[in-house]
Amino acid sequence: MSANPDHPHIHNHAHDHGQEPPSDTALRVKALESLLTEKGLVDPAALDATIDYYENKVGPRNGARVVARAWTDPAYKVRLLADATTAIAELGYSGAQGEHMVAVENTPTVHNMIVCTLCSCYPWPVLGLPPNWYKSAAYRSRAVIEPRAVLRELGLNLPTSVEVRVWDSTAEVRYLVVPERPAGTEHMSEDQLAALVTRDAMVGTARVQVA
Amino acid sequence: MNGAHDMGGMHGLGPLVVEPNEPVFHEPWEARVYALSGAMGAWGRWNIDASRQQIEQMPAPDYLRASYYERWLFALVENAVRYGLITREEVESGRPSPGASKLMPPLQATMVTELRRRGSPKTRSVDRQPQYRPGDAVRTRNIHPTTHTRLPRYARDKQGVIMALHGAHVFPDTNAQFQGENPQPLYTVKFEARTLWGDVAGPRDTVCLDLWEDYLEPA
Repeated sequence: MSANPDHPHIHNHAHDHGQEPPSDTALRVKALESLLTEKGLVDPAALDATIDYYENKVGPRNGARVVARAWTDPAYKVRLLADATTAIAELGYSGAQGEHMVAVENTPTVHNMIVCTLCSCYPWPVLGLPPNWYKSAAYRSRAVIEPRAVLRELGLNLPTSVEVRVWDSTAEVRYLVVPERPAGTEHMSEDQLAALVTRDAMVGTARVQVA
Repeated sequence: MNGAHDMGGMHGLGPLVVEPNEPVFHEPWEARVYALSGAMGAWGRWNIDASRQQIEQMPAPDYLRASYYERWLFALVENAVRYGLITREEVESGRPSPGASKLMPPLQATMVTELRRRGSPKTRSVDRQPQYRPGDAVRTRNIHPTTHTRLPRYARDKQGVIMALHGAHVFPDTNAQFQGENPQPLYTVKFEARTLWGDVAGPRDTVCLDLWEDYLEPA
């Protein structure tokens, strides 16, 4: 254990639930950025570019395009399930926290669900940065021991005939769930299908619904 | 280490709360911490495993109270001090120490997209032949290291089946200690949920983990 007089000031309430963070953390981060900038260790413009990348250029719309392509192009789906990293790169998505991708397909008999119990590993290039619930202690602790209860709370009640297969992201492999294509979408274009595919469906905590 | 971060299967960690349409970052400081961590990591003084280990070394009560990005902030400061990019005194004062040399050049904005899109693959070429094949029964080791490991407590000393081989990946347990990448076969191992949790688990349900060969022995 590191002797550390300097850890962030912690208030007596959890932040996993989206409360306002303490303003002294904001001030502390501001002071840290200013120190690191003055030392030549960071360029604030590069920080802005990083934030812009994850706020505006990368997110679950990327993954939705992958899923819609897999639904409409059987040869692509074969490639995706065989080597997801390469197949996803075909659509232009790659990089940090998606270097080693695996796509897992939901079927009438297997429902896949993704978690990272040890931190909050998540496939950034296809889903963007994870939502708070995915990073929460509640999800990380419960997803492996009682996935069906978690899914029920999220509105998904699966029959016992379905195998719930939970993937704990313990290494640098990142998972993308290919949800089942809903009935009644046979007439839809790839773009229309992509618009139906939600982030949660690609984490495996929801089904894709026809609007 | 058997830390508070190793949460799989714990009870009492609060309700699952879902915020509809949440933003990527909830506060500007979270975005800055995220970006600062990437820019400081680009100096190459530490690796992702050392970074995760640093977060795990946060005192357990603090870890449980802290938000995700508060943990990142903790690790960022600790790593930057520990690996010599800044001093504790500079963190306290918010100013560079007199005579501190200015490092140049930092990560540039024009490089961000390319570096993010390239990522940092963890596969390595090795001579070591995989000891197991898909379908083989294996048992996880009953290890309790006080340093970083990616074998969660709930999956130790448990029997499972090899589902897939992912090639040789950098081994976090040594890499976090700067004792070498020690690349070795990484497998997906499937466990019956009832092997892990007993009768509370569904009879058909399974849990898959990605585990390095050093975590495994023949069943």
